[in-house]
Amino acid sequence: MTTPDKTIDEARERRKIKCVKKMKEIMTHYYIDAKTAADQGKKVAWITSGGPVEPLIAMDVIPVYPENHAAMIGASKMGVDLCIQSEEMGYAPDLCSYARADIACAPVEGGPIGGLPRPDMLICCNNICGTVLKWYEAQARFFKVPLFILDTPFCHTEFSEEARRYVRRQIDEYIQFLEQHCGRPFDRERMNAVGRLSIEGQRLWQAVLDTTTHKPAPMSAFDAFFHLALIVTLRGTQTVVDYYTELLQEMQARIAQGISAVENEEYRLLWDNLPIWFRTRWLSEKFAAHNACLVADTYTSAWCSSLQYLREDDFVDTMAEGYSRIYLNIGVDAMAESVMAMIDKYQADGLVMHSNRSCKPYSLGQYDIQRIVREKKKLPTLMIEADMVDERLFAEGPTATRIDAFMEMLKAGQNGARA
Amino acid sequence: MAARPFYQDAVDDPYAYAARWKEKQQKPVVAHFCSYTPEELIWAAGALPLRIFGQSERIVAADTHLQSYSCSLVRGALEDALAGRLDFADGFVFPHTCDSIQRLSDIWRLNVPHGFHLDAVLPVKLDTPSARDYLRDIVARFGRDLGHNLGIDISAEALAATVTLYNRLRAGLQALYRLRSERPAVISSSAVHAISRAAMVMDREAFADGLDSLLAELAGCEQPPATRKRLVLSGGLCSMPDIYNLIETAGGDVVWDDFCTGSRYFDGQIGDEQPWLAGIADRYRERMVCPAKHMDLTRRGAHLVDLVAATRADGVIFVLLKFCDPHAFDYPYMKGMLDTAGIPSLLFEIEDQQISAGQVRTRCEAFIEML
Repeated sequence: MTTPDKTIDEARERRKIKCVKKMKEIMTHYYIDAKTAADQGKKVAWITSGGPVEPLIAMDVIPVYPENHAAMIGASKMGVDLCIQSEEMGYAPDLCSYARADIACAPVEGGPIGGLPRPDMLICCNNICGTVLKWYEAQARFFKVPLFILDTPFCHTEFSEEARRYVRRQIDEYIQFLEQHCGRPFDRERMNAVGRLSIEGQRLWQAVLDTTTHKPAPMSAFDAFFHLALIVTLRGTQTVVDYYTELLQEMQARIAQGISAVENEEYRLLWDNLPIWFRTRWLSEKFAAHNACLVADTYTSAWCSSLQYLREDDFVDTMAEGYSRIYLNIGVDAMAESVMAMIDKYQADGLVMHSNRSCKPYSLGQYDIQRIVREKKKLPTLMIEADMVDERLFAEGPTATRIDAFMEMLKAGQNGARA
Repeated sequence: MAARPFYQDAVDDPYAYAARWKEKQQKPVVAHFCSYTPEELIWAAGALPLRIFGQSERIVAADTHLQSYSCSLVRGALEDALAGRLDFADGFVFPHTCDSIQRLSDIWRLNVPHGFHLDAVLPVKLDTPSARDYLRDIVARFGRDLGHNLGIDISAEALAATVTLYNRLRAGLQALYRLRSERPAVISSSAVHAISRAAMVMDREAFADGLDSLLAELAGCEQPPATRKRLVLSGGLCSMPDIYNLIETAGGDVVWDDFCTGSRYFDGQIGDEQPWLAGIADRYRERMVCPAKHMDLTRRGAHLVDLVAATRADGVIFVLLKFCDPHAFDYPYMKGMLDTAGIPSLLFEIEDQQISAGQVRTRCEAFIEML
């Protein structure tokens, strides 16, 4: 005989994604590896989340992602303290909270894992924002290590021929930079293999995300926020390919067994912008309580958003375009098109946008995307004002009220929800 | 009664000035956002380059497109356009600088129905040969795109004449700043600031002539002894012109700045040992960078320390626009370099023009007293 409580526990247990444990192990090993890099005679490079990691993998340099680390800081609710420390260092509270948390973390080795391993070099690609340039300059001054900048001209309406030449030249400069600082020649063969693994990893990640086209969705955007870490950090390795193969199988099995991320999925929503790392569980439960599942998001899909430009047989040549034309480095109208394509693909009933105080390239333009989606898709939309790491910029009560009001509107079949 | 200064109309109401210029000259006006706009090409194409500072104090229409955490320049400029205050302009140029201007360009393109729209997607780093070549490519392309939109080919003669004019105009501004630094009593810092702004608005020939006459006039002025505290201002653009009067009232003299609406506009000459277009592009690599561009890790801080030494200044006042990320990121290290050099500094973060003059005055007085 089962008690009602036990039934609930069993249902919850059944919905848990089994790969999570493996993912945590991989990430733990990865950070241990990175923290002991010097003992293994390996170099460590800090790199931006949209940066070209494949040449580092090919050179056996361990890539470390301050943004991934900042997300962990946010998720472990250590963001406010570090942000305050950065303000004491003279950084304005309006600046990106990832940057503030990381800059404050460096001198004190704070945060959930006692700081990141010291970098031997910094690799900054501005395809995600201009903030990373200033952030990496600050860290290059602090750590006194070489900084390589991959400058990917912004594609307002096109990727120009001038930009193509410029970025392609920089790929060669990047390789020379690595050869110089690693003290050995670049292995083209190895690079080709890494390039193939990178593309395979991105395809698998897209396939994982695409499992949510199934109704009900076997996973949610909140799960994607978690499983994203590998495609960001270890892209180009067999580890990523193996892991996402397994995760994809698990998702397919969940579909076959009728296991969904949200117990009684009735409403399917698309999320825009970075997660609010310190409130992911709360938000997940809040939407689930309305039988709503965030089935997809513009953020985690960004790591496979330029697959169409990459070629397995010529990764080095095509990566210039691939890294220039990612989701955030394009115009607001192109982003709106992408959002609408996702709404169709995942059959979303509404759009939830996080107006993220920290991220101007992601957030400025959201009001226009919201308007375009409302006009063309006739879907209700919700704007949540918050921040990815700095909890001081989040008000739980008003946010809850707005989510409730939005969901009521959605249930009533009305459009244009914007408080 | 003194004659009305030659620059006053352009400063009091830049939009009215430009609209009148257009009507009188029967030539186009091309508005733009930043000192990285190769405005020499706009002038050479027969148009008036008009720098937008963002005038609107009350933001209404722009609030439906931009979050409150955008800077007042971006919000004010969009408000001006949506309210129809820029309807006279024939086109708009968005040089690539910061994340906010980048998105403003998109929002503008989608919402401002009139005028052509040009993005000059300049490199973000300026310190490598490939960046130099790309910068030259983009300046050349900007010239072609601009000519296409204005329906003219920019001639080599027009370009040569423009380069001569701009070199003269920039040398004039440089001379004015030097004069102000050497003999602060001959002209007020608020007048120098007004003249710098007018340089980005006025008919460039009329401006260069007016400035040359003024310099000739000032050359003969007596020099009263200087006993006041000498200050350098640092930041992007000064959105609070009153600060000059407040500093002067508090006993300070502004002797130089590193503003994009100040010395970064006139810094550097266009060399003539290469094609004009390359010269225009290369000037951006030779003059001091804006913090949205990368030159090296400490160039701006070292420049500020050098400026203080060269102008024998007593201190620095940072005037930063709230929500201006590139400047806010540079502030801690630049202040650190000043501290190390024993140079006192003060920070004002200005959100909009509504800032309390009383508060600024009190802090200026306390700072100058301490020097």
